Amino acid sequence: MKLPDIDLYLIAPEIIITVFGFLVLLVDVFAPKGEKKGYLGVLSLLGVAIAFFYTLPLVGTGKTGFVEMFAADGFAIFFKITILIIAFLTLLISIGYAPREGIGFGEYYALILFATFGMMLMAAGTHLIIIFLGLETMSISIYVLAGMLRGDQKSVESAFKYFLLGAFATGFLLYGIAFLYGATGSLYLKNIASYIGSKNLLNHPMLLMSLAFLTIGFGFKIASVPFHMWTPDVYEGAPTSVTAFMATGVKAAGFSALLRVFFTALPAFQPDWTSIMWLIAVATMTFGNIIAISQNNIKRMLAYSSIAHAGYILVAFVAGNKLGTSGILFYLMAYAFMNLGAFTCVILLGKKGEENTLITDYAGLGFKYPLLAASMTVFLLSMAGIPPLGGFMAKFYVFSAAVEAKFYWLAVLGMINSAISVYYYLRVTVLMYFREPEREITGLSFSPAPTLALILALIGTFYLGIFPSNVLSFAQKSIAGLM
Amino acid sequence: MAENFGILFQWLIFLGMAFVSIVASLLVITRKNPIHSALFMVLTLLCVAVLYILLYSPFIAIIQVVVYAGAIVMLIVFIIMLLDLEVELRSKMKVVYSKIVGVFLALLFLFGLLYSVVAKPPTGEIGSLTPDRMANNVKTVGESLFTDYVFPFEISAILLTVAIIGAVILSKKRT
Amino acid sequence: MWVVPTIPPALYLILSGILFMIGVIGAITRRNAIVVFICIELMLNAVNLSFITFSRFLQSIDGVIFAFFVMAVAAAEAAVGLAIFVMLYRSRETVNVDEVNLLKW
Repeated sequence: MKLPDIDLYLIAPEIIITVFGFLVLLVDVFAPKGEKKGYLGVLSLLGVAIAFFYTLPLVGTGKTGFVEMFAADGFAIFFKITILIIAFLTLLISIGYAPREGIGFGEYYALILFATFGMMLMAAGTHLIIIFLGLETMSISIYVLAGMLRGDQKSVESAFKYFLLGAFATGFLLYGIAFLYGATGSLYLKNIASYIGSKNLLNHPMLLMSLAFLTIGFGFKIASVPFHMWTPDVYEGAPTSVTAFMATGVKAAGFSALLRVFFTALPAFQPDWTSIMWLIAVATMTFGNIIAISQNNIKRMLAYSSIAHAGYILVAFVAGNKLGTSGILFYLMAYAFMNLGAFTCVILLGKKGEENTLITDYAGLGFKYPLLAASMTVFLLSMAGIPPLGGFMAKFYVFSAAVEAKFYWLAVLGMINSAISVYYYLRVTVLMYFREPEREITGLSFSPAPTLALILALIGTFYLGIFPSNVLSFAQKSIAGLM
Repeated sequence: MAENFGILFQWLIFLGMAFVSIVASLLVITRKNPIHSALFMVLTLLCVAVLYILLYSPFIAIIQVVVYAGAIVMLIVFIIMLLDLEVELRSKMKVVYSKIVGVFLALLFLFGLLYSVVAKPPTGEIGSLTPDRMANNVKTVGESLFTDYVFPFEISAILLTVAIIGAVILSKKRT
Repeated sequence: MWVVPTIPPALYLILSGILFMIGVIGAITRRNAIVVFICIELMLNAVNLSFITFSRFLQSIDGVIFAFFVMAVAAAEAAVGLAIFVMLYRSRETVNVDEVNLLKW
């Protein structure tokens, strides 16, 4: 009986995030009451930044720790960097948004940090218990964050729906894990794969069932059709900063766990899952894009567009080759920048007691707030996949991966979908520049923190579009340990 | 011969508990009054706890009674009474299309599940914990929780903290 | 001599599967959110039975540990979930799943 080797350096980013979470709570308790507590957000930002600098030295070490339950391989590091960027931008947005809506207290920032902690564990866990606990830490924080606006019925409702469906999906995920354990006797992803290989357990009914259950469980988290029905409601009702965090962070973490489990533990079943995932990918893209056309609330529209983006990412997942997997990593980073940017614009257009989330509110924005309208246009065009923006390169890699893996129809359907999506993204742009405003929107305040987030998101979107090769080659190096 | 009696006794307990737990769980999902549902849930949990003892896992059996039946379900009962929800408003049995599809899919899944567990016994690697060693597994569980599984254990500490913070912040009176 | 066979793992797993699906059906069909939540707890409980069964017949401790963590998670979910229900009841005077439809479901 002895303790495993404890390498605290390996989990330094996680420790820092947690410590700062508690620090924010403590500072909040001892702070004088009634102040605008912007410094809590700054403190959390500091934590994320320090965690980021402790993540960078881990690049390329490929170490594992805690009885090999926790890996700091390239894959984990890439996702951690993405997640920390998402957390950083979300916190920047929150510093402007949370006090405005009256939720700028310590618990809000602490829960964002704890959710970040959970996401990082999902990316780094190589043992199913770690992945599961990370997923739950993330989910529980987000259930609470979604219901933060306690006075707002929509926010309460969104927390309620997200909680019920999330808990329901957890049950399925757990059953999948149980069967995986029963069929292979291990919870280590690597051991599961090697055991399946050595005992030739293909066509084992228990493993096939487990595959189905895992697809359902992860499908809820990444919001793929037919497990998407919570997405628009939850995204619309939750506080906008939390929506941005959910749309990017939860999706990135969900995909990291999905990739890790399927590619590391179940590569033998690739032929089985590709056919199912092919259908899911096509359904997800098509459904998301077609419903998005008829939306009149920008948050709902972005929710459906996020469903569609999950579909594009699944295209690369189906392709299953090196280009596809690194494409997913690239896509999630590009998506983080453009989506967070778009939500920042949505937040900047609102003010206290007036969210201005109807699409018609955007009419004539190009004349009144030209810079805001221009950046919104950039993000929307990036999501539509117009060069030279990040979204274009992301889609390019994803679809070329499908072509390389000889899924021609999938690539064609993806491109058709991408063309459909241009319609509703452009609709907003057209409204902004070619319509007279229906009503006056005045008194917007551009506080420095969200503006900084906007600038960073713009830089990220352009950088990934114009110099994609740096990040792509990093992503390609990162997946070396995965497949 | 004595062994035979022992095994026969196990069968009796197993069949009895399986029957009671299935009936109780059916009652959970059919009773109109949520309090009844919660109490039948306790019965199901107790039956499953007995099965855990049959499976040589006394630790989980105790935790099941103390944490699940004793704490979680009591919390649920408390909330039901607090919110005064004793009668479920049932404005006609509204038959919703999606629910029928859902139940149908669930039954389909059930058949898949049953087939998959009957077709092949668990094929996993057999470890070293024989039933005798398993029978006093409180020690074994404790040991591995604080050695191999110390990292997940710490994560669960943070998970519970998050839950407490969340519960407090959501149910606090508005200021 | 006639020997009674011991209880095979398949029977425990069948029981677990049945309990799980009863939970799923309850969660789909019931309208009171608290009963839906009880049904979800039933599902988690069924999963635990599977874990313990596998743990017993594979003679490894991992399943027991996982069941332990599932219980921790169930407790955490109960705390947060019930807080959400209380909050919902305060603002809407109902926890009926069908009546909570301010947002298009």
